[in-house]
Amino acid sequence: MRSREVTSLVLILLVTGLAIWINLAPNETVLGRDVRFRLGLDLQGGVQVLLRTSEADTPREDLETARGVIERRVNALGVGETVVQLAGNDRIIVELPGVDNPDEAVDSLRGTGRLEFVDSQGQYIPEGTLIRTSSSPDPSLSETTTITDVTQLGPIFQSITDGADLDTNAVQPAFSQTGVAGNRPAVAFAFRGASATSLASFTAQNVGQPMCIVLDNRVVSCPQINAALTDGTGVIEVSSEGERDTILNQLKYGALPVPLVIETSRSVTATLGQESVEASVVAGIVGLTVVALFMILFYRLPGLLATIALIVYALISFAIYRFIPITLTLPGIAGFILSIGLAVDANVLIFARLREEYRRGRNIRNALERGFEESWPAIRDSSVSTLITSSVLFMFGSSFGVSIIQGFALTLGLGIIVSLFTAVVVTRTFLRMAIPLFSDRQTWLFGVDRHSSSSTATVQ
Amino acid sequence: MLEQLVRRRYWWFTLSILIIIPGFYFLLLHPLVTTGQFGVGLRASIDFSGGALWEVRFNDKAPGSISSAQVAQAFSSAGFENPIVQMSQADLNGTPQAEALVRTRALNPATPLQERQGVEAALTAQIGPMAIVRLESVGPTVSRESTINAVVAVIGASTAILLYLWWAFRKAPHPFRYGMCAILAMLHDVLVVLGIAAILSAFNPGFEVDALFLTALLTTLSFSVHDTIVVFDRIRENLIERRPGELFDDIVNHSLVQTLPRSINTQLTTLFTLTALLLFGGETLRNFVMILLIGLLSGTFSSIFNAAQLLVVWEHQEWRGWFGRGRSKPDEPTAAATQ
Repeated sequence: MRSREVTSLVLILLVTGLAIWINLAPNETVLGRDVRFRLGLDLQGGVQVLLRTSEADTPREDLETARGVIERRVNALGVGETVVQLAGNDRIIVELPGVDNPDEAVDSLRGTGRLEFVDSQGQYIPEGTLIRTSSSPDPSLSETTTITDVTQLGPIFQSITDGADLDTNAVQPAFSQTGVAGNRPAVAFAFRGASATSLASFTAQNVGQPMCIVLDNRVVSCPQINAALTDGTGVIEVSSEGERDTILNQLKYGALPVPLVIETSRSVTATLGQESVEASVVAGIVGLTVVALFMILFYRLPGLLATIALIVYALISFAIYRFIPITLTLPGIAGFILSIGLAVDANVLIFARLREEYRRGRNIRNALERGFEESWPAIRDSSVSTLITSSVLFMFGSSFGVSIIQGFALTLGLGIIVSLFTAVVVTRTFLRMAIPLFSDRQTWLFGVDRHSSSSTATVQ
Repeated sequence: MLEQLVRRRYWWFTLSILIIIPGFYFLLLHPLVTTGQFGVGLRASIDFSGGALWEVRFNDKAPGSISSAQVAQAFSSAGFENPIVQMSQADLNGTPQAEALVRTRALNPATPLQERQGVEAALTAQIGPMAIVRLESVGPTVSRESTINAVVAVIGASTAILLYLWWAFRKAPHPFRYGMCAILAMLHDVLVVLGIAAILSAFNPGFEVDALFLTALLTTLSFSVHDTIVVFDRIRENLIERRPGELFDDIVNHSLVQTLPRSINTQLTTLFTLTALLLFGGETLRNFVMILLIGLLSGTFSSIFNAAQLLVVWEHQEWRGWFGRGRSKPDEPTAAATQ
């Protein structure tokens, strides 16, 4: 064994050992890093939405503020691995993995969270009524089917406070002691600045009259003013704790500076994701086994060594997916399974060449070296062309609508790079080390019959 | 038979054209014949045309006990007119369940939750308990962007590959030819795949051209070029070791024969992994894997029977004889002359 092989072998063992360590790490943590497989939304269930501002030409700062507000609301949901990011000039991407009722979660996120007190002109407006207020005279009508025009909603009520003056620190969960129905869940809040002053003067002048609390143009309640609210504080009574949490979440992190609509959404339940994971694991194992059997039956000893290299390939790939980490999606897994075929291709090229050289009368060692040398340009060129395609696919996948493609491009591209190492370095080292053990008489190990060379020659 | 790979090149070209023609009809002429308007005979998925896709499972309902008309009726009553419904089934712990794939307009951006709840209520009231296991809604601006990006991606990938091939074969005589011939063989595969997709669009209501289809198409391109490179690489190598008096045609044929075991074996291993995916990989990937399989088969065919033969045609500049029969030069024993 020459020193070159020893160096390669040490390198291979080191890399494989590292891969096994990452794959089998206790508690799935390596150097304080979480190395669990990250599953995409299509595999673990969840929702991905593209929120868009409904007003054209939204200033960049407003969009940034909106992103911040949404992000804090998302964090309050307590779901792991969420994504909130700006895309383009008027969009925010939100990803919530593993949420039970994803659409409701998203709906609560995009609520504007504009809390107002309005002068109801002495009326007690029923809870849930959509009204027009002076600071928001044109509410979205799409939630009702009977009304088609904002003017049908009735008069514009005068807003006493401005949602921007809400003191978010004062927004707290509370229990109302004074509610008509006894103890009810409630949210405490406080206004500052000009809104607090106008609230104080309005309540001082209208004791005994009703005043309505309105959230996003919907009446929450119309309590009677018992005394002047000098400090700008108050409570919103709600009927359930779930509703309280929604309102709390919308108020606590401030109002959205712009209303948002859901441009595009994808949601998958966890059960469907689980089925996809199981299906692709079965497909991967079956595919790998069939390829291994084929390689061993057709190429004998080199095929066996190539199969070991293929296992090393799978170990390294998994370790990379875990460590970087790379989020696995269904197309991503398909990319990996496809790359098994590619990883084998380099070996097929080398072995086919080896047999050819051997038939020409070279000894095994010589044929092997020639095989590696001569097949390298083809392996290099074909790998580069596949790498080009996967980079193009990756760039194409960066547009939101087709982001599903990125996973495929990533695992395919990585597969090419890793397979260059396993199919060339690993297989070559194994073969070089194994060859001195066999003489030219045991050629069945290589699946080559030198005596048939005359018949192949006549074909030409 | 193997020595005929280059000599019978016009047979192979004819075969390729025969494969492409039906698909070509369905791709470009079929829309004209059936609707009287120019169009592309590919059914675009919501990724590219916008809309919503619902996957609904009906608990405790056996497959076949619900008709697609019932499901369509429920969707219409919830405000989704003209839904396209396709019934299928899902296995839940061994018991088959009725499942519906429904394509509708996109959800209203302002009230998606209310619309979803409306559909849930209508389905539950008219059919029975159910669950929406998947719901994708793509708005018009997003789908328009995806379409533009798809076109850019295909053109970008082809150009990048051509430039690389040109560079990789810079030491061979006429490097540009290699790049162009590989691209022509690749174009063959694109036409085959698009043609099959057009035929499927016309006859299989469940088939749609989506982001995954595009991925399969681009992967086909890359694998086709991959195969062609291996053959061209051999030609380049054999040309360097060319013996005096050896004909270009013979070198090309010889190179094809030499690379044949590799072409077939690689095709087989990829075939194995893809078949495993097709059989066990689940419903979601089925169309994707099928297109990939067709593309890979076409890619192998074109690299064995078309790409290198095109090099030979170019070498002899045979197109000069295509329109004026019998003008091939006597000092060039072309295949056309020997046939």
